[in-house]
Amino acid sequence: MSAATQETAIRTGRIARTFIYVVLLVFALFYLLPFFVMLVNSVKPLSEITEGNMMALPKELTFAPWASAWSTAQIGVEPTGLRPYFLNSLFMVVPAVLICTALGALNGYVLTKWRFRGDTLLFGLMLFSCFIPFQIVLIPMARMLGIMGLAGSTAGLVLVHVVYGIGFSTLYFRNYYSAFPTELVRAAMIDGAGFFQIFWRIMVPVSGPITVVCVIWLFTNIWNDFLFGASFASGSKAPMTVALNNLVQSSTGVKEYNVHFAGAILAALPTLLVYIVAGRYFVRGLMAGSVKG
Amino acid sequence: MAHQSAEVDFRTRLQNWIPKLVLSPSLAAVLVFVYGFILFTLYLSFTNSKMLPSYDWVGFENYRKLWGLSHWWTAITNLAIFATLYIVICTAIGLTLAILLDQKIRGEGMLRPIYLYPMALSFIVTGTAWKWFLDPGIGLENTMHLWGWESFEFGWIKDRNMAIYTIVIAAVWQTSGFVMAMFLAGLRGIDNEILKAAQIDGASNWNLYRRIVIPLLRPAFLSAFVILSHLAIKSYDLVIALTGGGPGRATELPATFMYSYTFSRNLMGVGASSAVIMLMTIAAIMTPYLYAELREKP
Amino acid sequence: MGFLDISNVTKSYGNTEVLHHVDISVEEGEFLVLVGPSGCGKSTLLNMIAGLESITSGDVSIKGRVVNGVHPSKRNIAMVFQSYALYPNMTVGQNMTFGLEMHGVPKPERDKALADVAALLQITPLLDRKPGQLSGGQRQRVAMGRALVRNPDVFLFDEPLSNLDAKLRVDMRTEIKKLHEKLKTTIVYVTHDQIEAMTLSTRIAVMYNGYVQQLGTPKEIYDTPTNLFVAGFMGSPSMNLLPVEVAMIDGAPHAVTTDADGAPLHLRLHQQNLSEWAGRKIILGIRPEAITDPEGADRASSCIIPMTNRVSVTEPAGSDTFATMTLAGQDSIARMRADASVGPGEMFEFAINMEKAVAFDPETERRIVP
Repeated sequence: MSAATQETAIRTGRIARTFIYVVLLVFALFYLLPFFVMLVNSVKPLSEITEGNMMALPKELTFAPWASAWSTAQIGVEPTGLRPYFLNSLFMVVPAVLICTALGALNGYVLTKWRFRGDTLLFGLMLFSCFIPFQIVLIPMARMLGIMGLAGSTAGLVLVHVVYGIGFSTLYFRNYYSAFPTELVRAAMIDGAGFFQIFWRIMVPVSGPITVVCVIWLFTNIWNDFLFGASFASGSKAPMTVALNNLVQSSTGVKEYNVHFAGAILAALPTLLVYIVAGRYFVRGLMAGSVKG
Repeated sequence: MAHQSAEVDFRTRLQNWIPKLVLSPSLAAVLVFVYGFILFTLYLSFTNSKMLPSYDWVGFENYRKLWGLSHWWTAITNLAIFATLYIVICTAIGLTLAILLDQKIRGEGMLRPIYLYPMALSFIVTGTAWKWFLDPGIGLENTMHLWGWESFEFGWIKDRNMAIYTIVIAAVWQTSGFVMAMFLAGLRGIDNEILKAAQIDGASNWNLYRRIVIPLLRPAFLSAFVILSHLAIKSYDLVIALTGGGPGRATELPATFMYSYTFSRNLMGVGASSAVIMLMTIAAIMTPYLYAELREKP
Repeated sequence: MGFLDISNVTKSYGNTEVLHHVDISVEEGEFLVLVGPSGCGKSTLLNMIAGLESITSGDVSIKGRVVNGVHPSKRNIAMVFQSYALYPNMTVGQNMTFGLEMHGVPKPERDKALADVAALLQITPLLDRKPGQLSGGQRQRVAMGRALVRNPDVFLFDEPLSNLDAKLRVDMRTEIKKLHEKLKTTIVYVTHDQIEAMTLSTRIAVMYNGYVQQLGTPKEIYDTPTNLFVAGFMGSPSMNLLPVEVAMIDGAPHAVTTDADGAPLHLRLHQQNLSEWAGRKIILGIRPEAITDPEGADRASSCIIPMTNRVSVTEPAGSDTFATMTLAGQDSIARMRADASVGPGEMFEFAINMEKAVAFDPETERRIVP
C-alpha cells in the first residue's frame, strides 16, 4: 500500500509547481529542525550553548558530551552514563521481538489457514488489545509481576511487551497470510504435510517481507516504550528511555544540555538506524497497523 | 453409519486440535493480561484502594470523587483541546502534504522519509528537543533575540494558559508525517481513469480534488481519525518529557493524571476509575471501527 | 460397487444444506466431469472426495474403503488446483516430489518417479526453476506432474484450465485427454465450461443448486437432457426452448406457434406420445444445429420439416453462420453452413430436424420421455 503504485494523472502549471516545492521544502525544514538542533548542540561545549545561539554551528567541535552521556553522566544516583541502560533495552527488545514475531506468525497462520468457528471474534479480541490505554492494566500488571517474581526485572518487561505486542504481530501475519492462496495449504495437505510441516516448508519461506515489517515495528515500539519501563523497571534495570528521562529531568547541578542531547540521540540511534536502513518496511508496518492490510 | 467414526484416524483428529492448541497460549495471555486485568482494574475502581489494592466495595464513590476533582477536569479539558487541535491539524497538514507530494514531485523519495522519521523516534527523545527548543531562555526566543528580533516572544511552555499548545505542536510534528503517508497511500489507490474522465469533463484541479479526490479518500480520513484519536487519549510520554504536566497542572492529561493519582498520590481507586474512563472512550471509537474492518473480510 | 463411490452424500453448513443426496459411482479408468454454474456445489463435492471438506452424511469410498474422515494424504488421491498451487519457494522438482517426501519415500525412488513423469510431460528442462519463472502453460504441466508423481488411485482436477488463455486452454485440454487415454487413470474433473465437459469426459454429472441434475455420457446429456436446466446449460449456442401448444392435425401431434411476423406456424412433432398432450402447452427444445438451411440438413434424419421465417440477424462465425429469428415470440438461433446465402430481414426457408427435438413439461420442467 505504501509503495508508489501509480502516478497521479493530475497536471499542474509552472507557478503552482514552484509554490508546491517551496511548501514541501519548508515542511521538510520543520521536520528536520528539532533533530538538527539536537545534533548541533550535542557537539558544542556547554558554554557555547548557554551564551550562544542554538542554531549556530559549533565553533569548537567536541565529542565530550557524547562520551559523558554514554559512560559517566549521572543517571539517578549513579554516574554510570546511559550505557548499562542501553544494554537493558537491548536485552529487553531482542527476546521480546523474537517471541512476539514467532507467536504472531503462528497465530496468523492458524487464523487464516485453519479457520474455525469464532476465529474472527478471537482475532478481534486480540486486535483490540493493541489499542487499549495501557493505564488500565498498570495496577494489576504490577501485582502480577510481583507475584511472578519478575518485578523490576528485564524478564518482566519482556513478558509485558510480548503480551501487548501479540495483537499487532498477529494482525500483520494474518493480513499477509490471508492474501496467500489457501489452495497451497490444501495441496500440501494432500501431499501429506502436517500442520507444522506446512508452516515450516510452505509459509515460513514466503514470510520474509512481513517478518521484516513486524520485527521493525515491534523493535521500534518496544525500544521507544516509556510507560511500562517507568512503571515496572525503575532503577538499575530501567530501559533507555526511562534513563534518558532521568538524565534530562534531574534537577541537581548544572543542566548539561549538550549531554542531554547526546543522550537523546543515543537513545534514538537504534530506531533511527533501522528507519534509515529499512524505512520502507517501517512505513508499511505503520500503514498495516492503521489501515487494513 | 457405524463405521464412519471409526474411520476418522488419529492424525486427522489431532490435526483438528493442533491449530487451536497453537493459538491458545496467545489467547490465554490476552485473556488474562488484557481482559482479566481490565476487569480487575474495573473492580478496583469500585473499592477504596489507596496505596495497595483493597477489596472494600464503595460503589461509585471513586467516580463521584473523580468528577469532583478540579484536577481531573483540567485533564479532561486539556484532552479536549489537545485532541481536537491535534486531530484537525495533523489531518490538514497530512492531507496537504500528501496532495502536494502526489504531483510527480522530483525528490519525493527524499522528502517522504524526512516527513516520517519523527514517528520512528521515542516521544521522550523528541520531547527533550522540543522542550529545549521552546524554552524562552535558550531556545527559539533567545535565537530570535540574538538574530536581532528583540521584541520576539515565545514563552508558551512557561505559560499556564498556553503550555498545552506546545504539546500540540510537538505531537503534530511527531505524527503528521504518518498521516501524510496514510493519505498518500489513499491517493495512490485512486483509479487514474476516474481523474482522466473528470479532466475530460472539464474539471479544474481545485474541483477535481474537492469533488472527486477528497470524497474518495473517506476511508483514509476515517482511519486517520481513529488512529489519531486513540493516540491522543493515550498520550503520556510526550507530556512527561516536555512539561511533566506543568507548569502547575496546566498540561495534565488523563494519562498523566491516572499515573500520578495511582502511584504518587496513592489513591489507587480514583486512578483506576480514571483508567476505566479512558478505556471506555477509546472503546467507543475503536470497537465500531474494528467491527467494520473485520466484518468486511469474511 | 465402483472404484470411487459417492453414496447418498450431503453437505450442510449450519442449517443450510448445500449438497443434497448425491449418488455417483465411478468405474476404474473413468473420466467423470462435474459441470455446472458457480455455486452449484461441484467444487464442494470435489473437496469432499479429497477430504478437504467434511462429509455431513453419506459415504465416500475409494476402492471399497470408506474414506470419510480419513486425512487427505491417506486417501491416495492427487489434486490439480485452479491456481495450480505450486509452492513458490521450491523448485519444480521439489514441488513435484514434496508429496513423496512427506510420505517417506526414499530419495532414489523419488528421483526415479520425478524423471519418469518429467519426461512424460516434457518438463525435464524446467525441473530446477522456480514456479515464478514459468509460463501459465508450464505451471499447469507442473501441477499435473505433481499429481502424476504420486501415482494415486484417483486424480481430482479443480477447474485446472480456467486460468489459461483461450488458445492454451484448448491445447491443454487435448493434452489432458491424451494423458488419460494413455495412462487409463480414474479422474474426477470439475469445470464450469460445458465444452470441456463434453470433450474430456466419459461421463458427465451436471450439477445445479446442490443437486445432480443428470448423470450420463456426453451424448446422453446432449441429446436427451433430463430437464430444462440441463438442456439450456449444455451446448453453445444453447438450445432453443420454445413455449408451444400441442394440437392434433391430420391425426399427428403438431406444435402450434407463431413465426417472426406473428403468423401461425405448425411444426409436426416426431415424438408420437405427445399426442397425449394435445391441447396443452409444452416447451419444445431444438438445438441450433437442428435448424439449418435445406442443403445442410441431416440426410439420415427421417423427419425433416420445412419452415419459412424472417431472419433478423446473421452472424458468420467462419465455420458456420448463425441466423437469429423470432420463433414463438423469442429469439431463436439456427446454425447454417458457412456459405448459406441468407441476409438479415430476408424470408428464408429453414429445415428443422424434428427427430432431434425434445419436449419438456412446463410444470415440472422435466423431459417428456418418448
